Amino acid sequence: MLKTRRLRRMVTEIGFVAVLVFLLVSAILIARDTLQEQGMSAGFGFLERSTGWDVGFSLIEFTPFDSYGRVIVVGLLNTIFLGIIGIILANALGLTIAVFRISNNGVLNAMGTLFIEVFRNIPIILQAFFWYAILTHLPRPRDAYTLGDVAFVTARGLYVPGLNVHGLSALVFFVSLFIGALGLLWFLLSRRFAKVAGTTRRRTTLLISAATAIVAIGSLAVGRIPDTSLVSIPELRGLNFRGGIRVPPELSALAVSMAVYGGAYLAEIFRAGFQSVGKGQAEAAQALGLKPWHVFTRVRLPLAVRAILPTLINQYVWLFKATTLGIAIGFTDFFSVISVSINQSGQTLELICILMAGFLVMNNSMSFVLNRVNNAIKLKGTQLRI
Amino acid sequence: MATLAPSASTSSGHTLDRLRRKYFSSVPNSVVSILGASLLLWVIWSVLDWAVLGAVWTSPDGTSDVCREIEGACWAVIDVRWRLIIFGLFPFEEQWRSTFACLTMLMTVVLSCFPWFWSVLRLSVLWLLGFTSFYLLMRGGVFGLSTVEPADWGGLTLTVFIYAAGILVGMPMAIGLALLRRSSFPIISRLTAALIDGVRSLPLITILFAAALILPFVLPEWLRGDKIWRVIFGFGLFFAAYQAEIIRSGIQALPVGQEEAAKALGLSYWNRTTRIILPQAFRNALPPTINQFVITFKETSLVVIIGFFEVLASGNAAYGSGEWSFAYVEVYVFVGLIYYCFVFSLSRYGAYLERRMRVGQH
Repeated sequence: MLKTRRLRRMVTEIGFVAVLVFLLVSAILIARDTLQEQGMSAGFGFLERSTGWDVGFSLIEFTPFDSYGRVIVVGLLNTIFLGIIGIILANALGLTIAVFRISNNGVLNAMGTLFIEVFRNIPIILQAFFWYAILTHLPRPRDAYTLGDVAFVTARGLYVPGLNVHGLSALVFFVSLFIGALGLLWFLLSRRFAKVAGTTRRRTTLLISAATAIVAIGSLAVGRIPDTSLVSIPELRGLNFRGGIRVPPELSALAVSMAVYGGAYLAEIFRAGFQSVGKGQAEAAQALGLKPWHVFTRVRLPLAVRAILPTLINQYVWLFKATTLGIAIGFTDFFSVISVSINQSGQTLELICILMAGFLVMNNSMSFVLNRVNNAIKLKGTQLRI
Repeated sequence: MATLAPSASTSSGHTLDRLRRKYFSSVPNSVVSILGASLLLWVIWSVLDWAVLGAVWTSPDGTSDVCREIEGACWAVIDVRWRLIIFGLFPFEEQWRSTFACLTMLMTVVLSCFPWFWSVLRLSVLWLLGFTSFYLLMRGGVFGLSTVEPADWGGLTLTVFIYAAGILVGMPMAIGLALLRRSSFPIISRLTAALIDGVRSLPLITILFAAALILPFVLPEWLRGDKIWRVIFGFGLFFAAYQAEIIRSGIQALPVGQEEAAKALGLSYWNRTTRIILPQAFRNALPPTINQFVITFKETSLVVIIGFFEVLASGNAAYGSGEWSFAYVEVYVFVGLIYYCFVFSLSRYGAYLERRMRVGQH
């Protein structure tokens, strides 16, 4: 009896695998035949060929003479860039709306509910189309809205001042400024360094500022494009703006729709998190004399985030997948780059493999990192859940 | 936000008292209330002013001249182009068929909300009947109706078709995947898990894309079919991967004793699954299932990217042709309202079910 059952189980499993292998092999054979019929060659050699077409938006330099491999990298970078912007904006908006929803004020509650009910029930692609239509119907460059004559809002995008510096150096410049400011704030405000006083305190402050300044100015000096002014301010030349940085309407429309649609979903998750934190926690914090702001940032928010992090991770992965909407309104994201490449080169199978592998790697590494964070902060063992 | 409301006054339910506590409990609170209320009123007034008071509703001569001089919404574009948005390029004199087909599908959805239909047999019969009549009405070729191929369908009807067909294909697949993933055969369950997780971490549009472009390479000639059927298969697979996890969570929420008792009674695997496990699992998983239906309906709009003329594409076409190109907001609001009606009512129904089930448990 035992033997026959074991045998039956083994036969079932082997049969299942055999069917799968059969399907896979026949699919490959058919694919080979089809490719031969249509006279196409398989393989990844095309990645070295130059594309012959240009992309609309790129974080790294790209010309039509560059290769397919490079255009795919451009698409990947754009997708990651858009994904990060979208997720950060959606988080900020979602948290704000959640705070509106849980506040004691009835008007704020109503505003939060209205926002969520309107934006959660409309497909994100429709929202992207809508914002894109709005943004491209803004005034032409000649009648642009302006903010103090340095930034301009037009139908061709948002123009802001930029630096006449090569890409990598500009990145180093901003990152060093950011880290320096953060370090300075931390040193001056944190209680850990409150005991450091007098000359040491002044000297350390000076040291951090000087180090930041040296790195920042050094990176500017190295990457400076010769014979130009350092800061480039957009100005109207003929029918269009010259100089500065152009944020294309495609990017803005996608970022706004991700922020709004994702924010409406994240708000409900944050709200559930806040509600899962026992009332006693906030009351105890208040009784200990914490200010309302500290009760929120030190007690309610961390406890809420710990409770909802697994759901948040799923939601981030889901929101990241929304970057593929770029193709609908003409943003050069990973998916649209692959789609255009398929049309131009005809290497369908290889390009779709790259597409799927890219998304599998990006999404799984994001959820892997966030799951590590979750494991680090979650309640462990038999700790009491309040 | 973290002020401790005096709990003594919560019990007294005077309207004025409640009003004061909710809106004017302190000075900052009152300021926020007044500012927020003015903002809210301003938004509502502007929307009302734009959409109703200053709007033009019809265009007697069918041109956009009536909207030249107005500030408000130009609903005349809907008046002139609604047939395009709803029916796409379906032949004009056959559009009554499209209407009836949509109504049939709507009836099917409404009927399946009644608990009387909640058994495997009744639900499958209802959906198969609804879908078959939808398909026959749309395609024709029988009862003297002229044939209209799926390639010529469009607008809202195409959205409804892809949605219904995708769910009809996806639901059995979801049940199969959930059971396979739970099976005690290690290889089978792992391979299924890999498939489900893989599909879930890909964007829907890549799966639709692969279904439209890759399947014709790897399928034998007689299995390729039309593009729309391959896309529906991809759509169903995507739905199934998510729904399978929902069903699995429903199964795992069951007490172990249920399955053990069924085994002890000598029920076969088939009987155990269809009579003991799945009915209870579906009951557990009902709220997330409805939620998944809602999300899936919103996601049908993605097929516009691979070139189907569904309601979003026909909306784009409705304002895209020169004459009405200024009326994009009106068209998007109209299409948005169509989605909103369906999604909002379905999610309200889901919330109602959840409440009802919670009452039943206590």
